[in-house]
Amino acid sequence: MIGIVDYGMGNLLSVYSAFDYLGANVIICKHPEELSEVGKIVIPGVGAFKDCMELLKKEHFDEALNEQVIKLGKPTIGICLGMQVMAKKSFEGGVYGGLGWFDADVIKLTITDEKKRVPNIGWNEVSHTSNPLFEGVPENTDFYFVHSYFVNCHDSSDVIATYPYDIPVTASILKNNIFATQFHPEKSQDFGLKILDNFISWNP
Amino acid sequence: MSKRRLIPKLQLKTSHYNPSKMVLVTTKQFSDFIEIGDAVSQSKIFQDQGADELIFINIDRVNKGIDILAGIIHNVSAEIFMPITVGGGVQTEQDFRTLLSNGADKISINTIAVNNPDIINNASAKYGAQCVVVSIDYKQEADEKCYVYINNGSTKTKLSPIDWAVECEQRGAGELLLCNIDRDGMRYGLDNEICNAIATQVKIPVITSGGCGLAKHFIDGFKQGQADAVASGTFFAMQDQNFMQTRSQIKNSGINIRVYS
Repeated sequence: MIGIVDYGMGNLLSVYSAFDYLGANVIICKHPEELSEVGKIVIPGVGAFKDCMELLKKEHFDEALNEQVIKLGKPTIGICLGMQVMAKKSFEGGVYGGLGWFDADVIKLTITDEKKRVPNIGWNEVSHTSNPLFEGVPENTDFYFVHSYFVNCHDSSDVIATYPYDIPVTASILKNNIFATQFHPEKSQDFGLKILDNFISWNP
Repeated sequence: MSKRRLIPKLQLKTSHYNPSKMVLVTTKQFSDFIEIGDAVSQSKIFQDQGADELIFINIDRVNKGIDILAGIIHNVSAEIFMPITVGGGVQTEQDFRTLLSNGADKISINTIAVNNPDIINNASAKYGAQCVVVSIDYKQEADEKCYVYINNGSTKTKLSPIDWAVECEQRGAGELLLCNIDRDGMRYGLDNEICNAIATQVKIPVITSGGCGLAKHFIDGFKQGQADAVASGTFFAMQDQNFMQTRSQIKNSGINIRVYS
């Protein structure tokens, strides 16, 4: 069973519908203790980093997630802001600590080209390494992004996918049982669903 | 920048034949309604054709309930896995929450943004700039100047679309959706002049609409209008055209657009 963390932010319905459409047994977890009953975990999120971490702490999801994801090693996917909170800290509107699962900072997209826009909204071509989560996804497939900040990893081996902006921007990270995407697989049509399907059958 | 986008604009209105149901309609100059089908089934066709996003607008002048709109979006989002913008009748920040929790990714506001512009600032701070789309409908008058219209194009304001666009950006809008009312449904081309003036003055993405009748009109919107996205209702609903054909023509003209495979 797959559990979606509901800490009060983000478009849960779309993520839920995507897993449901793919035939997965999926539930929405409003309380941290429900995470012990699921085999895989989804951390969604849209909004500001600070609000997200505050809500995770307020609902005691941070402790439960450390227990289930780090200690017990349950396969986990973070989406968009759900990926960013896995970093050590974020510089969005101040400096705020994250879950610290990746040795990384969340920093603003910088642009030198006047024609590029922030937030970056839309479809971008993603280049990826060979890994089970991108299996069946052709190189340079388009995925849907909406973001102003991105995860800057200090250990480049954590980065498994990027897209070209001013610099190569982190599109996806992977370490042991933890996988995350900056783009929205649940909004990226067929190949987005393919990635979620790969997550459903993933055995890290 | 991200790739340029092609967006079907799905306009909803209470059915003349079944007043308990909202159906998709096409319009000409914001009237001459023609009923063309069901929101969910048409969305699935657009998804299979590789549309980049969908925009749903409730254009009914009487039936403005957010719950009806939210119900439709709820049904759409169970089967549609692409970005969805929703608007028409949004009045409060709570309406944002209702639509977002039913599967919308972005919320389009128009009349309320003019009447109570602080809603742009407040919604942007609360839900993020990326989900606040300000829809700007406008007309050119006899004095050759353009004016913003609200209430589905029925009420003239003193605002110039260019000044209003700049103000919306300053207040925290994440995207603008333009429509030249005179060109709506007329299929003779987009208003690239106003679009260009706005797109070169703001940093946020600009979606242009109103007037697409040929693939060339989309190309003109991207090249002359400098739009980030072109939205169209009539073009995709009424003609023997589809995304694959239109997209190939746009791609061949040198525009960086997604080719769906």
